[in-house]
Amino acid sequence: MKQMEYLFLFLEQNCVIANNMGEEVKLYKTWSTPFGLRVVWALKLKGIDYESIDEDLSNKSDLLLHYNPVYKKVPVLVHNGNPISESTVILEYIDDTWKQNPILSQDPVERARQRFWAKFNEEKLLPTIWAIFTTEGKDLEEAMAAWVENLKFVEEELKGKKLFGGEKMGLADLVFGWLANLIGIFEEVSGLKIVDERYPLLLTWMQVFSELPVIKETWPPHDKMITKYRALYEKYHPAK
Amino acid sequence: MATSEVKLLGSWPSPYAMRPRIALNIKSVDYEYIDEKLWEGKSQLLFQSNPVYKKIPVLIHGHLKPICESLIIVQYIDEAWSSGPSILPSDPYERAVARFWAAYLDDKWFPAVKSIGVAKGEEEKKAAIAQVEQGLGLMEEAFGQCSKGKAFFGGDEIGYLDIAFGSFLGWLRVTERFNEMKLIDEANTPGLAHWADSFCSHAAVKDVMPDTDKLAEFGKMVIAKIKAAGAAAQRH
Repeated sequence: MKQMEYLFLFLEQNCVIANNMGEEVKLYKTWSTPFGLRVVWALKLKGIDYESIDEDLSNKSDLLLHYNPVYKKVPVLVHNGNPISESTVILEYIDDTWKQNPILSQDPVERARQRFWAKFNEEKLLPTIWAIFTTEGKDLEEAMAAWVENLKFVEEELKGKKLFGGEKMGLADLVFGWLANLIGIFEEVSGLKIVDERYPLLLTWMQVFSELPVIKETWPPHDKMITKYRALYEKYHPAK
Repeated sequence: MATSEVKLLGSWPSPYAMRPRIALNIKSVDYEYIDEKLWEGKSQLLFQSNPVYKKIPVLIHGHLKPICESLIIVQYIDEAWSSGPSILPSDPYERAVARFWAAYLDDKWFPAVKSIGVAKGEEEKKAAIAQVEQGLGLMEEAFGQCSKGKAFFGGDEIGYLDIAFGSFLGWLRVTERFNEMKLIDEANTPGLAHWADSFCSHAAVKDVMPDTDKLAEFGKMVIAKIKAAGAAAQRH
């Protein structure tokens, strides 16, 4: 009996006791996907223990196809055998299921605000950054013009706030998070300046966000990312 | 609550504008409906209350910041008037399933429906129709899972996914009429066929669902405009 007591004491003092003992949580993602990383952050924030499965998208596993037959994409969260797809749906599921360290406040106006900006990222920022990365000439000019328009709104939204969530990180920060890592990588690979000094609040947010305990040191390996995105860039900009 | 405390900017042909109206009706909230005739130009109020997208619907609740994006507004209504009947399911997994399918309808399915109307040539049209039918097959299956034998995706009462999907029924019927086909029918999608009737006759829906004839006339005008714009662009 005493041995068991010592064992439990040792475990309590030395191990992170996950907030989901007895529940099975699996996350299907890839090593580089920013959409999967959002979910990693949310699970980390809530102290949820999970099994991470990195997929090779050129050879998707049967389980992934079984869990996400509609889109066949990552990330997919599987909780006690129940699959959830689409990263923003997963984030809200995580917040609904595990109540500690909420990513959305209880105030309905605040919840709507963060959801609005999360959607803005998906509908406006992501397609524009893709256009910037993959096009040239007049198409690139148009993409950059659209990007500038979009960033103005984002910069405005950060006025008076430390983070998009306010004092603490929230849903919108998790969704915008890719900016803090991928903008630097895209700029290095393309030679373009994508977020410049016209956006001081956004630049500050990128630094502050990266330094948060949950986010720090979670980025995929830098060299591996440069190699990957350089190859992708060259695919869309073949040397003449 | 005074009527003017809650305002909804919408446009009668818009499925997106229908959604918050259904939600407000479910909660028995009095509101002032302001119909924007978008094809004649947008109002100052719309520009001011939705500077990012300049689109309807917009919910203006007293002096609070306006709420934009139809499904975000529906969730806001559910949360702000929490004492009324629930719109989102209470179980987190059921909520995730409802959100997943609502996003699928907006991102994939309804764009396919719209593309039938502006398809160039038979091949393109056939492909669009196939996509819509495939989506309806998925929704028939989802209906079976979500409704658990009851009348609606939300069970006994209309819920989030009913609102998200049902708001597209007007335009779906117009598409069926223009193409002389049935997309939701007893043979292929029996669950959805019954559900569609139940949804459209529901007290919270029937006064805000636009009349199919009126919508068809409006649809003809929109399609003509899009085709003219496309032809003009090609000439340049």
